Amino acid sequence: MSNAKDMQDFPVLPDAKGHFGIFGGRFVSETLSAALDELDALYTRLSQDPAFQKEFDEDLAHYVGRPSPLYFAEQLTKHCGGAKIYFKREDLNHTGAHKINNTIGQALLAKYSGKKKIIAETGAGQHGVATATVAARLGMECKVFMGATDIERQKLNVYRMRLLGAEVISVESGTKTLKDAMNDAMRHWVTHVDDTFYILGTAAGPHPYPKLVRDFQSIIGRETIRQCDEQLGRQPDAVLACIGGGSNAIGMFYPYLNMHDVRMIGVEAGGLGLSGNDHAAPLCKGRPGVLHGNRTYLMEDDNGQIMGTHSVSAGLDYPGVGPEHSWLKDIGRAEYVAATDDEALDAFRALTRIEGIMPALETSHAIAHAMKMAKDMRPDQVLVVNLSGRGDKDIHTVASIDGLENVDV
Amino acid sequence: MSRIAALFSELNKTGKKALIPFVTAGDPHPSVTVDMMHGLVEAGADIIELGVPFSDPMADGPTIQLACERALMHNTSLRDVISMVTEFRTKNANTPVVLMGYLNPVEAMGYETFAKAAQQAGIDGVLMVDMPPEESGENAKIFADHGLDIIYLIAPTTTDARISEIAKYSTGYVYYVSIKGVTGTAAIDVDDVSKNLERIRSRVSIPVGVGFGINNGEAAAAVASVADGVIVGSALVNKIAANAAQPDVAIAEVKTVLSEMRTAMDKQ
Repeated sequence: MSNAKDMQDFPVLPDAKGHFGIFGGRFVSETLSAALDELDALYTRLSQDPAFQKEFDEDLAHYVGRPSPLYFAEQLTKHCGGAKIYFKREDLNHTGAHKINNTIGQALLAKYSGKKKIIAETGAGQHGVATATVAARLGMECKVFMGATDIERQKLNVYRMRLLGAEVISVESGTKTLKDAMNDAMRHWVTHVDDTFYILGTAAGPHPYPKLVRDFQSIIGRETIRQCDEQLGRQPDAVLACIGGGSNAIGMFYPYLNMHDVRMIGVEAGGLGLSGNDHAAPLCKGRPGVLHGNRTYLMEDDNGQIMGTHSVSAGLDYPGVGPEHSWLKDIGRAEYVAATDDEALDAFRALTRIEGIMPALETSHAIAHAMKMAKDMRPDQVLVVNLSGRGDKDIHTVASIDGLENVDV
Repeated sequence: MSRIAALFSELNKTGKKALIPFVTAGDPHPSVTVDMMHGLVEAGADIIELGVPFSDPMADGPTIQLACERALMHNTSLRDVISMVTEFRTKNANTPVVLMGYLNPVEAMGYETFAKAAQQAGIDGVLMVDMPPEESGENAKIFADHGLDIIYLIAPTTTDARISEIAKYSTGYVYYVSIKGVTGTAAIDVDDVSKNLERIRSRVSIPVGVGFGINNGEAAAAVASVADGVIVGSALVNKIAANAAQPDVAIAEVKTVLSEMRTAMDKQ
């Protein structure tokens, strides 16, 4: 409805080799090439198979609980005094975040692939929980790789995964966070490639992962477009989402790609501020490089070594980003900004007290930026924020920032 | 003819097989690497694979990961590694040197800048673990224009059609990864390697080196009986790790392991 008539549509990407312009691709050691070819062929076939789509849609409806609501945050809107703020409530999905959309899809692929074991990497633990959940349902053995630092700060999710029957493997190498968990998941996959399906949690990594994760998450944006039409009779001025690897953001953005007058704004983890190195904002401050199987914006030093990152939220604490975001940045279709730890924590507290919704610390970054933006906008304007996950898992982190070290869960 | 091609052609005349040790540059300290390289040659190395340390060595097991960490503690950069080869070349003009590592340090330096510096330093080839042929494109051309051989990996999972494709792009030698897995984690199965080599040789005309899981003289000799080159990494790096505080001992221990392999290989 809101397409600017004179603007050309963007091409359908990625290309056959997984490239989004100069980004993406498949930069992996040879052992994985065959498995990725196989996955690509399987996905290409099943994505055109109505039976597969039907099964996926039914799982999303009856197991995940979709569609997730589009909620008008009236109190927060009043509090900010400007544009109307709406939330796409992915926090209300089964397991409490958008991650389940993708794991449902990839679990179906796993089932069709005939492989009997599942592995995953996780940062905040939401993808790990979502993977352990679908593995439990399929009766498949599940291993989740998680950095030792993240295991410490996301205890609740670690226990959830164990209750679901998954084995959580502590990753002690490197910075002991998400990037190292991804390294070890890849190492495990190389070694057990014959019988193991890797459910990758974000829209990054080697082709075809960025494409298939985006496709599975695009339900977020498609529903939002329909709900905006039905509830508002119009599309928003901007959609916002937080960005770590960027799967919730690409799920929201992709269906909006050719609605040229809807701004797309991704909010990275500004950590202690973008002036130093203690952040996780490769799109704002990094440069293109190759990591984890794709070319994308990275946090790296002058010698091409990957830098340690910092964010109060484990899920954003990653030095890379999905390649499609790098492309959207370079072509100028999406804007990328950052919110600091403190801004995110303020937004976490604000939403909890003002709307009675406790958001994930990751999501709080997007909320922080929306609150900032809304103030300078007119009351007839509309922002939609993807409320990508709920904040129960972050209670330990917030409590310890509040000086309460011994909150037992 | 490149230094690597000349070497294999020479070995072919005598019926000997190439012994190709791998060490990570800068491990345990950048000041040790050039001496280590000369030591490798004294112990019987035909080609040296010099690892460029990377923060996220996704295809490597704990042994090489820790070697990277030790080297990066001293900030060993790709430029430093190139300088080490320049220094090595002042005393050794014959032994081919292949840089092995991950693409991002090269990407950060710039392909053209890197290729030019590598050529000037006397580097003979590059093996970028995460640069398969389909992602090589322009970069492969830049490397080739600067006289660098490009060594690609072939794995047990590589299909016949893909082997033929890889063969089109490979120069110097191809590196057959003998096991599904990361470096330094399992022992080699020579029968299995032998079967796969038949599959590879019918599609690849240049020499085939075999690596992953070769950790003693017996294994080296067994692989030498079927392959053109024997690549050994983690078995040497383990010795460096155990003697990181005493570089002289580390070099001596590495030479002992390598000499044993050389002797075992040459007996056949």
